[in-house]
Amino acid sequence: MKFSLRTLLTQGLAGHSGWPEQWRSPEPKAAYDVIIVGGGGHGLATAYYLAAEHRVRNVAVLEKGWLGGGNTGRNTTIIRSNYLWDESAAIYEHALKLWEGLSRELNYNVMYSARGVMMLAHTVHDAQVFKRHVHANRLNGIDNEWLTPEEAKDFCPPLNIGTDVRYPIVGAALQRRGGTARHDAVAWGYARGASALGVDIIQNCEVIGIDRDAAGAVTGVETTRGRIGAGKVGVVAAGHTSVLMGMAGVRMPLESYPLQALVSEPVKPVFPCVVMSNTIHAYISQSDKGELVIGAGTDAYTSYSQAGGLHIAEHTLDAICEMFPMFRRMRMLRSWGGIVDVTPDRSPIIGLTPVPGLFVNCGWGTGGFKATPGSGHVFAATIAQGRPHPIAAPFTLERFRTGRLIDEAAAAAVAH
Amino acid sequence: MLVIPCPHCGPRPENEFRYAGEAHIARPADPEALSDAAWADFLYMRGNPKGRHAERWRHVHGCGRFFNCIRDTVTDRIERTYPAGTAP
Amino acid sequence: MSWRTVSGGRIDRSRLVQFRFDGKSYAGHPGDTLVSALLAHGVHLMGRSFKYHRPRGVLAAGSEEPNALVHVDRGGGRETPNLRATQVEIYEGLVATSQNRMPSLRFDVGQAVGLVARFLPAGFYYKTFMWPASFWKKAYEPALRAAAGLGRAPVAADPDRYLRRYAHCETLVVGGGAAGIVAALQAAASGARVMLCDEGAAFGGGLLDERDAMIDGRPAEAWLGWALSELASRPNVTLLARTTAFGWYPDNLIGLAERVTDHLAMPDPKLPRERLWQVRAREVVIATGAHERPLVFPDNDRPGIMLAGAARAYLNRYGVKPGARVVIATACDSAYAAALDLHAAGVMIAAIGDLRTDPRSPGVDAARAAGLPVRTGAAITGSTGGLRVTGALFGTEWVACDCLLMSGGWTPSLHLHSQSRGKLGFDPASGAFLPLETAGQRSIGACAGMFDLADCMPGHAVMGSIAPNGTHAGLVKGAKAKRAFVDFQNDVTARDLLLATQEGFRAIEHVKRYTTTGMATDQGKTSALNALAIVAERLGTTVPEVGLTTFRPPYTPVTFGTIAGASRGALFDPERRAPMHDWAAGRGAVFEDVGTWKRARYFPAPGETMAEAVARECRAVRTQAGIFDASTLGKIEVVGPDAAEFLHRMYTNAWLKLAVGRCRYGLMLSEAGFVMDDGVVGRIAEDRFHVTTTTGGAARVLHHMEDYLQTEFPGLRVWLTSTTEQWAVIAVQGPQARAAIAPYVQGIDLSPSAFPHMSLRIGTICGVPTRLFRVSFTGELGFEINVPAEYGPAVWAVLMESGTLTPYGTEAMHVLRAEKGFVIVGQETDGTVTPDDLGLSGMIAASKRDFVGKRSLRRPDMLAADRKQLVGLLTDDPGIVLEEGAQIVEDPRQPIPMRMIGHVTSSYPSATLGRSIALALVEGGRARIGATLYVPMPGQTIAVRVVAPVFYDPAGDRLND
Repeated sequence: MKFSLRTLLTQGLAGHSGWPEQWRSPEPKAAYDVIIVGGGGHGLATAYYLAAEHRVRNVAVLEKGWLGGGNTGRNTTIIRSNYLWDESAAIYEHALKLWEGLSRELNYNVMYSARGVMMLAHTVHDAQVFKRHVHANRLNGIDNEWLTPEEAKDFCPPLNIGTDVRYPIVGAALQRRGGTARHDAVAWGYARGASALGVDIIQNCEVIGIDRDAAGAVTGVETTRGRIGAGKVGVVAAGHTSVLMGMAGVRMPLESYPLQALVSEPVKPVFPCVVMSNTIHAYISQSDKGELVIGAGTDAYTSYSQAGGLHIAEHTLDAICEMFPMFRRMRMLRSWGGIVDVTPDRSPIIGLTPVPGLFVNCGWGTGGFKATPGSGHVFAATIAQGRPHPIAAPFTLERFRTGRLIDEAAAAAVAH
Repeated sequence: MLVIPCPHCGPRPENEFRYAGEAHIARPADPEALSDAAWADFLYMRGNPKGRHAERWRHVHGCGRFFNCIRDTVTDRIERTYPAGTAP
Repeated sequence: MSWRTVSGGRIDRSRLVQFRFDGKSYAGHPGDTLVSALLAHGVHLMGRSFKYHRPRGVLAAGSEEPNALVHVDRGGGRETPNLRATQVEIYEGLVATSQNRMPSLRFDVGQAVGLVARFLPAGFYYKTFMWPASFWKKAYEPALRAAAGLGRAPVAADPDRYLRRYAHCETLVVGGGAAGIVAALQAAASGARVMLCDEGAAFGGGLLDERDAMIDGRPAEAWLGWALSELASRPNVTLLARTTAFGWYPDNLIGLAERVTDHLAMPDPKLPRERLWQVRAREVVIATGAHERPLVFPDNDRPGIMLAGAARAYLNRYGVKPGARVVIATACDSAYAAALDLHAAGVMIAAIGDLRTDPRSPGVDAARAAGLPVRTGAAITGSTGGLRVTGALFGTEWVACDCLLMSGGWTPSLHLHSQSRGKLGFDPASGAFLPLETAGQRSIGACAGMFDLADCMPGHAVMGSIAPNGTHAGLVKGAKAKRAFVDFQNDVTARDLLLATQEGFRAIEHVKRYTTTGMATDQGKTSALNALAIVAERLGTTVPEVGLTTFRPPYTPVTFGTIAGASRGALFDPERRAPMHDWAAGRGAVFEDVGTWKRARYFPAPGETMAEAVARECRAVRTQAGIFDASTLGKIEVVGPDAAEFLHRMYTNAWLKLAVGRCRYGLMLSEAGFVMDDGVVGRIAEDRFHVTTTTGGAARVLHHMEDYLQTEFPGLRVWLTSTTEQWAVIAVQGPQARAAIAPYVQGIDLSPSAFPHMSLRIGTICGVPTRLFRVSFTGELGFEINVPAEYGPAVWAVLMESGTLTPYGTEAMHVLRAEKGFVIVGQETDGTVTPDDLGLSGMIAASKRDFVGKRSLRRPDMLAADRKQLVGLLTDDPGIVLEEGAQIVEDPRQPIPMRMIGHVTSSYPSATLGRSIALALVEGGRARIGATLYVPMPGQTIAVRVVAPVFYDPAGDRLND
C-alpha cells in the first residue's frame, strides 16, 4: 500500500484495519543469489538497491536480532558530506544526494532535515584545517562555507561566542545541506522497499559460519536457523565484521569500540541546527521530538558490550555545558552505547575480499549513518557486477598493503 | 570506568591508564625481509575478537609501564594482567 | 471543602508555606510536595499530554510520574523544565507552572488535536508529509517540532554550581525502604563502610505509607525512627537522602545524583545545587522497590484517576484525601489497603471493582467486614469526565466518583540490576521479570519480587500489613483499545500497539520505537509491562517470549550540570602556561591556544594591527635580534649506555656518531612511515641526550618511545624522562643575538669557531646553570637558552634590560621559519606525509638497516610518482597573500568538480622579502618548479609560480655567522 495523506485519511476512517505489514517475514529459502549479512541501514539499503537497480531480487537479508538494532538505531543521525579527501567527499556527497530524495524514493518519510551542520573552530590550527576543507569542498561542488563567530551565532543563537570560555570559538565551517534524519525510519523504509521488490528479510537469524567450496569460493552460510546457500555473500555487520570475516578465514584491519550517546528530556524547539566541535568533543542537535541529541566519544578500549564508562558522558557534557551554559539545567534522559568498527585510516572498506563471492562493507567508524544510502548504493553495484563501483574503488582492503590510505583523521591533525 | 589491576601497582581506575591495542604482536625482527602483504598484516590486521582478548595497557599516570591484560570484550571483565614480555 | 485529613501525615501542620502554581497562590505545609499541596486544594488537573494535549492529573506519588510535569523558575536563570511535581518539595515562594498548553491548562487549544486523533495513529509521520519535497523543511517539520517537546529549555546561563565526589564502600544500599534499611543495619553491624541512598526526601519508602503495620511490636513509623537514628549514629554509615542511584557502570561504579538545594527557599550560596557521587562498592544491595501498574482501559487517563498506592501515599504520608467519593478498580490486594485507609479517613468508597472472580486475602476480608462494596469479576471498561473524572464504567454500569483508583499489581524496579548486565527471569506467579543472582550485587525487597513487607524484613516481626498479591498486565478484558492509554506521557494507546504489530513491528524494540511507548521522560516505568503484555497477547505468545527492552542509564533524568560538575571555564581543561607567560601578558601579548598551552602569538604595540606587529617583530629578528619563549617545546631526557642506539632506531637519521656537544635535527616517523614529529636533539654526554619535540607532540612522542623501549627493545639500557616543564627555553635570534647574550654568559666560549651552529654547551647565564643550544628556527644566528624553569622569568628580565631585544610571538616565528622553508609538523604535514614528500629524504640514513617506519617507506604508494611534495609558491601579484588551505589546480577553467593537485600549507606576507610567500604540497611538485599553477578562489583565480621551498638565505650563511 502506497503511503500518502490520502491512504492515511482513508485508513483513519476505516479504523486503520487495512495497513499491511511493512515488510514480509518469510521463512528462509534453501538458497539465494545474494545473502546480505546484517540488517542495519547499510545492509538493507544494499538489498534494496540490488533489487531496485540491478534486478537482483533473489536476495535475503539476515539479521541476528531486529532490523536497525545496531548502529543504525544508536547514532546521533548527523548527515553531512564536507569531507576533505576527494575519495571521501565523493562517497559522502553521493550519499547526501540520495538522502535528498530518499523519502520519495522509498515512499517512507525518513525526515531528512537539511538544517545545517556547523563545525566549530577553536584554535588557529582548527581554522586552517576547516578552511582547507572549505576550499576543497568548493572545488568538488560540495557546499561548505566559513563563518565568523558572529555569523555562526546568527545561524545558531544558543552558541556562546564570548571569550569567557576555555576555548573561545574563532569561526565555523557550515554545510547548509547537512542535517539529520530519523534513523529507525531509514531501516524500516529500506526494509519495506526491499521486501516489496521480493527481498526476504529474516530477523532473529544469526550467521554462525560461512561455507566455502574446494576452490575457496563462498557457497552459503550456516545460521541459527539452518544452512542457507548463496552465490554471493555481502557482510555488512559493522562492529561484528571481524568475527564474521574470521569465519571465512579473513583477518581485517578493524577494531570495535564502544561509542556512547545520550539525549535530554524533550523541550520545545531551542536548537536549530547541528553543531560539532572536534576540539572539545561535543556534538549536539535537537530531534523533531524535542530531545537534545548529544554524541559522546568512544571508550578507550575495544569492546562489544554496548556500554561504557560514565567518564565518557562526563567529558561530553563538560563540553556541552561549557559551550551552552543555558543547558546545564537540562537533564540526561537516556544514554546508550553502540559498537563502531574503526579502520587505521578512519575510512570504510567497501568491496571484494580474498575469498571469491565474499564481499564486505565495514569500517565506517563513528560516521556510518550519514553514508547509509550511498554505501548501500555502491555496495549493491559492487556485488551485482563483481567489481568495485567507481566511487567504492578507492576503499579497497588492498589499500592497507599499498599504503594508499584515505586518512580523514590525519586530515584533522593535532596542533603543532 | 574499569578498575585495572596494574601488575606493578595494583588495582587502579581506568583513567590512570592508556589503552595500547592488541597484545603479542611482535615487531618483525627483519622488516626488510617481509613482503608488503606481510608487513601490512603486522601494521594493520587485528583479531578484534568477541570474547577473550589479549591487550596492552600502559599505566601512564602511575608507574609508566606497559603490561598485558586478558579481558572479555563482551562483559569487559578483566581476567588477569601480566608484565610486558611475559606469556599469558 | 478541605481535602486535608484532620491529623496524620509527615507534614508540619503548624506552619504554612506559600507557593504559586500557574500564577495562582496556594498554601501548603512543610513536608508537602507540589502534588500533595495541590491535591489538598482539590486541584487534580496538573498537565497536558504530549500528543493529544489531553488533560491529566497526577498518576503516581514518586519518580515514575508520567503526567504531572512542571516548570520551576527560581529566578536569575534558574529555570528547570519537566520536573515531576511528585518530587518537587514546596518551599516559601516556589513558582511552578504547567507545561505543553496554550494558553492555559483548563483551556488548551492543542486539545483540538484530539478531534483528528483518528488520523494520527502511531508512526503517522512516516506515511505522509512527503509532498511537495520542499514543504518538509519549510512547513511540516517546523510544525511537528513546535508541537513536540514538553517544557521550555532555559535560555539564560545557569548560575548554580555543581560538584563531584568520589567514594568507596564495602556495601552500597540503593533504596531506603524497609528492605534497604534492614540490609544497611546488618551491613553496618560488621563495621564495614556502608552507604544508603534514597531518591526521596525521607527514608522509609513504602513504610511511610503504612498506617497499621507493626514492626517488632512498634508502629512502623516508630520503628523507622529507631532504625534511622541507629544508622545515623554509626560513623561507618553514610546516609544520602534525595539521592538517586541513576546508573551502573563497569566494575560496580554507581553514579548517584544528590539534590542538595532545590527544596530550600534560601539555600546557602556555598552549597552546590546538586552533587554527583561516583561510588565504587564491593557489593551493591539493590532495594529499589516496585512500581504499581495502571490498568489499561478506555479513558484511563482523566484527572482524578490515579494509582491506588499513590492515593494511599497522599493520604498517609501527606494527610491529603484525593477525593470525596472514590471508586477502586484493581487486580491486586494492595488496593484494599488504600480502600481501608481512605475509608478510615472518612472518604466514601463508592465501589471496589476487582478483576478477579474470587479474590481471597485478609485485605478483601477486611474490606468486606468494613462494609465496603466489593464487586468481584468486575472489569473496569471506561470513565467519564472532562477536566476531572466523574464516573467509572463497569460494562454498562456507571458509578459516580470524583476519584478513580487503579492497581494492576506491582512491577519490580529492575533498572540497576539490568544495567549491570544482571540476568532476568520471568516469574509467572507475579507476572513480572525478576532479577537472577549476579556476582557483586544482590536485589532484595520488592525489586526482587518480595512484595510482602514481612518478606522484606527478615529477622523482624511484621504485623498488620496487607501483602499485595494479585497481578494484571495488558488491556482489561472486554475493554476497547481505543483511548486506552499505556504510555500516558507519550499518549500511546493499546490500539497504537496493536497497529504496530499489525504492521509487522513485532520485536519489542520495534514496537517501542514505532509507537514511542516507554520513551517519554518516565522511560516506561509504569507502562513497560502493560505494553509487553498487549503485544504478547496479540502475537499469541508470552511476555518472556517477547522480551524486555534494554534498561539504560539513567534511572531518572540527571542534570547535565551535575554530571559536568565544576568543569567550566578555566577548570574545563587545565591551562598550561609557559614560564614567561606573566611577562608576556603584562606586555599585552595576544595568546593562542596550542593544545592545552597558551602561547603568545604577537606583542602589539599601542595602535598596531596584528599584521603590523608581526612585520615589526620579523624585521627585528632579521636586522637586530628577537627574543622568544620556546618553553612549550616538548623535552625528553634520554639517558643510558644504549641511548644513542635507541635514538638510532627511533629517528630516521644516524645518531651513533654524533659528538658530545653537538646537535642534530631529528625526524621521527610512525611505523606506517609518515612524519610524526621532529625536533633538535643534543648530545649532553656519551650516555645522555636532550631531545626536543613539537609542542603538541610531547606526550605522544614519549609514549611512542616508551612503547618501543619497553616492548620491542627491552634489552636496551635506556631511561626516558619528560623534562618539558623543568626547563624554561628562551630563544634569542638575530644577527645581534651573540652580542645580546654574551655579557651574561659565563663559562662558554661563544665565538663561531668554538661554538658552531648546531652545537650545545653547558655553563651559566646570569649565574644560572644553562644548557645553551646554538640552533635556529628563524634562519638567523640563534641561541636557545635552557635554564631551570623557575629561573626563566629572571633571566628573561635581565636579557630584556639590555634594550636590544624585541620580543616576538608564534606568528612571527611561523613567518620566519617559512621564509627559510622549515616545516611545522601538523601544518606542512597531516599524518599522510613522508620524509621524501617534504624533500627530506636526505634525513634518511642510507646506512641504517632498520628504524621505526623504514619498511613502510617501500610500500608501492609511498614510492608513487604522483605523491604530493613540498614546494614554494609565489603569487604573480606580490601583494596577494594566499589563504592557507586553498587548493591548487593545473587548469582553472575546468568544470566542477575540479581536479585538485595540492594545497597551500602556509602563507604569509613577508616583511623581509617585501612580498607574499607560501608553502604548498603539490603532486609531483619538485618537477613543477618554474611552472605556473592556479588557486581558484571565490570571485578570482590566483596564478602562482612554483619555486623551491626556501625563500631566504638558501645557502644558510646567516646561520653559520
